[in-house]
Amino acid sequence: MKKLSARRRHPLAAVVVLLLALAATGGLYAAFAPAGTAKADETAQSLAIEEGKKLYSVGCASCHGTGGQGTTDGPSLVGVGSAAVDFQVGTGRMPAQQPGAQVPRKKVIYTQAEIDQLAAYVASLGAGPITPTEGQYSPDGADIAKGGELFRTNCAQCHNFTGEGGALTHGKYAPSLEGVSPKHLYEAMQTGPQNMPSFPDTTMPEKEKKDIIAYVQAVNSEKADNPGGLKLGGLGPVSEGLFAWIFGLGALIAVAIWVAAHTAKAKKS
Amino acid sequence: MSTVTDTKKAPAGERVADWADGRLGIYTLAKANMRKIFPDHWSFMLGEICLYSFIIIILTGVYLTMFFHPSMNEVEYAGPYVPLQGQLMSEAFNSTMHISFEVRGGLLIRQIHHWAALIFLAGMFVHMMRVFFTGAFRKPREINWLFGFLLFFLGMFTGFTGYSLPDDLLSGTGVRFMQGAILSVPVIGTYLSMFLFGGEFPGGDFVARFYSAHVLLLPGIMLGLMVAHLILVFVHKHTHFEGPGRTNKNVVGMPLLPVYMAKAGGFFFLVFGVIAVIAAIASINPIWALGPYRPDQVSTGAQPDWYMGFAEGLIRVMPGWEINLWGHTLVLGVFIPLVIFPLVLGAIAVYPFIESWITGDKREHHIAQRPRNAPTRTAFGVAWITAYMIMLVGGGNDLWATHFHLSINSITWFVRIFFFAGPVIAFIITKRICLGLQRRDRDKVLHGRESGIIKRLPHGEFVEVHEPLSQGELYKLTAHEQYQPAELPPAVDENGVERKVGRMEKLRVKLNKGYYGEDNQIAKPTVEEYKEIQSGHGHH
Repeated sequence: MKKLSARRRHPLAAVVVLLLALAATGGLYAAFAPAGTAKADETAQSLAIEEGKKLYSVGCASCHGTGGQGTTDGPSLVGVGSAAVDFQVGTGRMPAQQPGAQVPRKKVIYTQAEIDQLAAYVASLGAGPITPTEGQYSPDGADIAKGGELFRTNCAQCHNFTGEGGALTHGKYAPSLEGVSPKHLYEAMQTGPQNMPSFPDTTMPEKEKKDIIAYVQAVNSEKADNPGGLKLGGLGPVSEGLFAWIFGLGALIAVAIWVAAHTAKAKKS
Repeated sequence: MSTVTDTKKAPAGERVADWADGRLGIYTLAKANMRKIFPDHWSFMLGEICLYSFIIIILTGVYLTMFFHPSMNEVEYAGPYVPLQGQLMSEAFNSTMHISFEVRGGLLIRQIHHWAALIFLAGMFVHMMRVFFTGAFRKPREINWLFGFLLFFLGMFTGFTGYSLPDDLLSGTGVRFMQGAILSVPVIGTYLSMFLFGGEFPGGDFVARFYSAHVLLLPGIMLGLMVAHLILVFVHKHTHFEGPGRTNKNVVGMPLLPVYMAKAGGFFFLVFGVIAVIAAIASINPIWALGPYRPDQVSTGAQPDWYMGFAEGLIRVMPGWEINLWGHTLVLGVFIPLVIFPLVLGAIAVYPFIESWITGDKREHHIAQRPRNAPTRTAFGVAWITAYMIMLVGGGNDLWATHFHLSINSITWFVRIFFFAGPVIAFIITKRICLGLQRRDRDKVLHGRESGIIKRLPHGEFVEVHEPLSQGELYKLTAHEQYQPAELPPAVDENGVERKVGRMEKLRVKLNKGYYGEDNQIAKPTVEEYKEIQSGHGHH
């Protein structure tokens, strides 16, 4: 012990400690890390990965790097998982059209099979959130009211009361949730795309995600009914005020002009 | 009127009228007012829109009070709207849900009430601007201008308290906003907040308190002011625009009975009809989509109704300054907007008094001016509206950002700069436009109306034929008064003694020159000029 403490001020002591600490963390990680390899149907899986890699080199590599390591134009895809790929490519956000504050949702150009291959390739780069199955995201039988409460607590700050979307800083925005499929809603919560925080199962269990999906479907989809009539974008008082000024007061002024124009005329003698 | 000596029995109607006259004196009243004349112009009916929408608000409001419970007791929702079933909410929210989904006609009445409120305030705004731009606030109507302004101001708060009653997530955020503004008041802010909410926000009292303010106190004052406003309209008689036969001493128009009674009565139903149609097709304040208020929740796009959007904008674009001294925080980021808010509104309220001080004009005016003939006032009004509208943009900055694909930060900076620069630019441009229009009037008087007919003269020159205006048109374009700018008295009086002129007087004369001095009004064509040109001594 004495020997050790005597050398603690040696110029190389810090380096030695650092090396030891690194070896310890690495060793511990290797011992406890979850086994990330897929076991079932090894050949089909590797085929998908291979096809995915081809698609990747054509559509993604220019920004994300040839091995998914990321470049100055795009982040690393190591560890983002298949769910992130399924969301980004499945909603048409990726491949991005142009750099900007935020990549918008647009027309989907890959088939679902191609997306799955891409997802398999990216997932092979490092473990991450896995594309959910229908049993995970299907809103059937979920608690809509509970979902509403969760939505107002966790989502409404950015996405508005019923998911109509809202502004973020510097041209970024929380998009409208209208017409977003349950699977993509689930994946967005799971992976936290772009400016969105992620809500992994540890902070928001699968059941709660389902409740939220059920709520969004109930209030902001084709199925949603609007008992009050036209919902005017669901944006609240700003659109209501514009409507009141233009169609309310506008109509009344038109009526006033009409009434004033039809006055009793004095008889001409 | 009637005498006991009548032996023949009068018709039933006459007898009823006689009976009423004996007790109410209706004959004298009717005699004085039945033939009351009102001038005809569509813009004179803007006030009627306000009056009728106010009546509609009262009628629908009474219906809503029958079902609304102004209580913040917590209950569990068990109504028919599935996405809220089992949620905890205040009784106020629950009863509003009940009105919306279970009471017969409840949702329609709620929507009529709310749409009518938005239209009432918008109507008052436009009515106020009509009065402003035509100079109809001048003596003897300054007090009535103030009554009208107070109605607008109180209307804002009546609207705000009503918007807060359902205790939904949107309005709760608005109440929290207001509480934040109250808290920012130095020294007494916290006391005021505690007093208003009966303790910490939100407490269990504010709905009941806002309720009595919304259904009793504020509308009571407004009703009184509105009656006073109408009485003064009767007493002062209505203004009318320039025209042949119209002077400062008469009113040209149609009699109250039967013409205006029929018109006004019909107009009431038209207003009610338009508002009812809007309420039947367009949703307003869908509280079921907003959810009950909980202080730990908030949504983006949380704005007040439009008439408070100005205040929202002030807070949104104000930098978040604060000063920390001796353990106290002065939140300038909230307090400055709170001070600017009444200042901006007050500027328009006191304008009539400022104008009469500057112009020194203390005469009675019953002729409504054309805005172009008062360029400085018109420019001021447009500048004020510009500041107001720019703040409305600030209040909706997030929706501007999302709908026009802009950066919210740029919009905020735009509003910060143009809240100050916009009115100045608007003032200059408006004044130029007014002077241009005055020049055009002058040109029309001297040269006639452009007929659009191009004539080629024998020597090849092309000229446009101008048609002379009718006598009436000429009168309309030249009836306005020409004012002389005020001058400072000579520096020394006739005895050679130096005259003392106060600073205020110097300022007044300077401002007066801004109204009537050179380049601030275009000289009316004189009779000589008109005759010379009309006598045919050629074109130019």
